[in-house]
Amino acid sequence: MSILVNGSAVALPDDPRVSLLDLLRERLHLAGTKKGCNQGACGACTVLVDGERIVSCLALAVQYDGRHVTTIEGLADGDALHPLQQAFIDHDGFQCGYCTPGQICSAIGMAAEAKRGVPSHVSADLTADVTLTREELQERMSGNLCRCGAHNGIIDAIRETVAAEMTA
Amino acid sequence: MTPFTYARAEDAADALRLGQANATAYLGGGTNLVDLIRETVAKPSTLVDVTGLSNEIEETESGGLMIGAAVRNTALAERLAVRTRYPVLSRAILAGASAQIRNMATVGGNLLQRTRCTYFYDTDGSRCNKRAPGSGCDAIEGFTRGHAILGASSACVATHPSDMCVALAALDATVHLQGRGGARTLPFTELHRLPGDHPEFDTMLEPGELITAIELPPLSFAANSTYRKVRDRASYAFALVSIAAALEIEDGVIKDVRIALGGVAHKPWRASKAEAALRGGPATEEAFLAAAVAEMADAAPLRDNGFKIALTKRTLVAVLGDLAGAAA
Repeated sequence: MSILVNGSAVALPDDPRVSLLDLLRERLHLAGTKKGCNQGACGACTVLVDGERIVSCLALAVQYDGRHVTTIEGLADGDALHPLQQAFIDHDGFQCGYCTPGQICSAIGMAAEAKRGVPSHVSADLTADVTLTREELQERMSGNLCRCGAHNGIIDAIRETVAAEMTA
Repeated sequence: MTPFTYARAEDAADALRLGQANATAYLGGGTNLVDLIRETVAKPSTLVDVTGLSNEIEETESGGLMIGAAVRNTALAERLAVRTRYPVLSRAILAGASAQIRNMATVGGNLLQRTRCTYFYDTDGSRCNKRAPGSGCDAIEGFTRGHAILGASSACVATHPSDMCVALAALDATVHLQGRGGARTLPFTELHRLPGDHPEFDTMLEPGELITAIELPPLSFAANSTYRKVRDRASYAFALVSIAAALEIEDGVIKDVRIALGGVAHKPWRASKAEAALRGGPATEEAFLAAAVAEMADAAPLRDNGFKIALTKRTLVAVLGDLAGAAA
């Protein structure tokens, strides 16, 4: 029983109560993923599992046997930041930084959803190719809260990077 | 969290075998159950992981769709057959929760999520008949903005939180079950129950019984269907009121209609009175309003939720107007 975290195999905890979030933070000391509400409401703990974004606080680690987990620590290529990480810096996409790892992982998952045609609550046409307007990005990123007021910078950073080829 | 053991079921038969112990709970994506366990509202001694059940969406011989219980909410909403033939279902799913949670949550789990009544969650300070049968209800005299206006009882005024379920109620879906006595089916509208004297029971499931699939019947006019959700913020909030509706018009006359309401009752509320008032009549705003008034005739507001009656009427008239315009 093991999961792959940023490419490395990690043994699953014996205690099934351990959340994926606590496994990452408390046992693997990957503190980039943040614990905000711990009840699925804030998105700070968002990670990618096989490329799909989930909230790791509501995920029991034992359920993810054999899966590939990517956290904020797994995005950069050596010293070279992921383009979205650099864009967050360029656009002041954070102030306190607490929501940032979740925002970045969420945006990468969001872009993959949009690319394969998943509509959103604000999509007028459920079957059209997705155009990531500002309104679409705000809706698709609504599971990640920023309480500092950096939201516009976050959307700008996403628009110019992972969403660039799907913006109007 | 109270300690529990964990076992992953290979298939439905395996899940049933593992699920026969007392205090067993079936675990889907965990988006509600993990939270309930953490808050000590739920105290299962065994979790049986049923995410290994069918995650297929298949065409049925009758022209409908069979949806495996382990299909994730996102996967159902994005399936092209759902987007084109049952848009109300795609829209209802996309109106619920956040993208992260929709990626985790299963169809079976969505059906069995518990109310988000804050008194139900408040294990330290509130009485709740749903959480502790017979203890009383602190919601009835409390802050009731989100509570029921239809079908409630003196024991419980909680609402069912699902958006997806409102669409399934409108679409006449069927729930496929397996239990100790074998397999059976239930009309979706008979899965959830009204609170009565026993709000601790949300559904008609027998102990250990497992949801294996949801079946959508063929319903050609469901291509003209939609879901509208009214909530306190633009995204990621539970419904104050929601409407799932499908409308078929022929020569200006309403040939058939399906309506279900969310946010107003202990279960997804099929608006049978409104449907009966509309069938065979004109597709006019006056007729839509009369139907909404008929459905709301029995509504019983609490201190803070009387606004839901007018809101439901207005929203229903608007939704039917949109669908009539689209059908014209």
